[in-house]
Amino acid sequence: MSETTTLPGVRAAERKAPPVKSFADHALVQLTLVRFRETLREPEALFWIFVFPILLAAGLGIAFRNRPADVLKIATTSPEIARSLAHEKLLSVQQLDSNAAEEALRTGKVALLAVPGSNGSVVYRYDDTNPEGRSARMLADRAEQQAAGRVDPVRTSDQLLREPGSRYIDFLIPGLLGMNLMGSAIWGMGFTVVDARRKKLLKRLIATPMPKQYFLLSYLLSRILMLVLEVGIVLGFGAWIFHVPVRGSLLDLAVVCLLGSLSFSALGLLLASRAKTIEAASGLMNAVMLPMWIASGVFFSAQRFPDIVQPLIKALPLTAAIDALRANMLQGANLANMAPQMGVLAAWLLVCFVLALKLFRWR
Amino acid sequence: MSVGSSKPALRVSGLRKAYQDVVAVNGLDLEVRAGECFGLLGPNGAGKTTTVEICEGLTAPDSGDVELLGMHWNSDAERLRQRLGIQLQDTQLSEKLTVFETLRLFRSFFDQGPGAAEAISLVQLEEKKNSRVGNLSGGQKQRLALACALVGDPDFLFLDEPTTGLDPQARRQLWELIEKFKSYGRTILLTTHYMDEAERLCERVAIMDNGKQIALGSPHELIASICAEHLVAFSAGSNSKKLDVSALRGIQGVRDVRSENGSVEMQVTELHLAVPALLAELSRQNIPLTELSTHSATLEDVFVSLTGRHLRDE
Repeated sequence: MSETTTLPGVRAAERKAPPVKSFADHALVQLTLVRFRETLREPEALFWIFVFPILLAAGLGIAFRNRPADVLKIATTSPEIARSLAHEKLLSVQQLDSNAAEEALRTGKVALLAVPGSNGSVVYRYDDTNPEGRSARMLADRAEQQAAGRVDPVRTSDQLLREPGSRYIDFLIPGLLGMNLMGSAIWGMGFTVVDARRKKLLKRLIATPMPKQYFLLSYLLSRILMLVLEVGIVLGFGAWIFHVPVRGSLLDLAVVCLLGSLSFSALGLLLASRAKTIEAASGLMNAVMLPMWIASGVFFSAQRFPDIVQPLIKALPLTAAIDALRANMLQGANLANMAPQMGVLAAWLLVCFVLALKLFRWR
Repeated sequence: MSVGSSKPALRVSGLRKAYQDVVAVNGLDLEVRAGECFGLLGPNGAGKTTTVEICEGLTAPDSGDVELLGMHWNSDAERLRQRLGIQLQDTQLSEKLTVFETLRLFRSFFDQGPGAAEAISLVQLEEKKNSRVGNLSGGQKQRLALACALVGDPDFLFLDEPTTGLDPQARRQLWELIEKFKSYGRTILLTTHYMDEAERLCERVAIMDNGKQIALGSPHELIASICAEHLVAFSAGSNSKKLDVSALRGIQGVRDVRSENGSVEMQVTELHLAVPALLAELSRQNIPLTELSTHSATLEDVFVSLTGRHLRDE
């Protein structure tokens, strides 16, 4: 029948020597491209990977920014007192009639009310359980005494310290980076694998001559490509808007991110190795990720948990990733300093990957 | 091709596969000749898909042997995969990719075959080349699935219910594509529960029921085997006034009579004699006729005559 085989392209008789394919037509390149395209064409995924961490960093960075000391509002009924208090820059003085002044104090619009007492004295009315009231009392009294001629016996001066590296945003950015590494790897791996299994696409793929290891490799390769973008965007945003420092070597940082991402990908693969529905997979993924979001020190230090659970928390992959990122970015630690964290990540990678390969089902 | 015309392209012997408590395939023997389109027919649950997936090397049988293109799955899996085109039942290809990207991916798995663009024109999807798979109609998706099966320039093509769920026009379009592929002399194993599909496309069909083959032959032979060229279906009588069915069996040219809730089906060889005699018998019994239709016998009637059930009864 070989003489009848004229399907465009080739004849069955020519099957001996497969033609050499171009690089772009290699199965691994095509699989990786497909993974990359699928991710970039999923608007929701792009939001969670790229926009969400920036919004979170911006929101928390603004909410917890280090503000200059607040100007406290106070009131007085006397023009003389108002004049002498006006010299204090940290106070904003309003002169009101006595009814309005009482009302303003009662409703908390002013922290303190200064009224003239008998024989030229001044009476401060304020709530001493309110820190603003106590601060206002000290500031107002200092201004009043200085206006009356008091001279401080010791000369003092202030030196203000607002250094990058010790602020909340500096603590937060490495935490968000770690959280992002985990989320994108686990979601990226878990959802797409389970979805392909549910749609019987995995079964269709193994019905072709596709080498099975290429399928897995394509996930890792596209993950590394995405990683460059994800880490770049969060770090770039932190450095540009909040001047978050990166004190360690960038190469070390890249190694930490890569190892972290691979460990989380292996964990994602393990979680997705059997699940047949998206619901089952997302339940599993949330059950694994939620405790780490809370315990691994994304938003606040993991040291706040009791000593007895500390070894457990330190063994979590997200804790290891975030601790290593913070050590690199804030303390300038090198890879040798981060060996314990790297060890934890490598162990997770190995165990999850071996288990996932054992448990994985194509259908 | 290494398979000569005398040697079958696919030989299945003593195949058995059970899932938990259900026996899906129960001792099946099949032979598909090189260059023919072989149909595996049967209702849902007959074991067609399990059989095909065992032949495709996706499912391991409990026992039995599969020889495909002279090779076996346990020793030649990689070489076999290069030479098979497979379309599975309801695979959903990635919706985010375009038609061209999908075919380029599948093409990358094979050593040789038509390029992605060529495969697209084979299934006449040129104007959808850059459309996302998610935006294709059901018929277009099935054509793309067929193209994915053709990119490796296969010697053997498996099609599992290729037209299920398609509208009549899309079905005819797909049939034409399959006929075109057939004309290149390749071998096809097709499963379907549409008898008209099998009659049109297949040289030979095997009818399966409950995991076993119950008939084998060309569609023409099978239809001839029930010794009736025509089917007469009618409704007559009511609960109060029942038709005496047994009287119909005596009519000249009537082979068999089945009656089900007031509707009757007769297998008939000589329509021109049987219909007047039927009408005469009805008026003798004084029962009015409410519906009457006749059609030439089909594979569906073969299945009914073999099992007493209709194909699409679930």
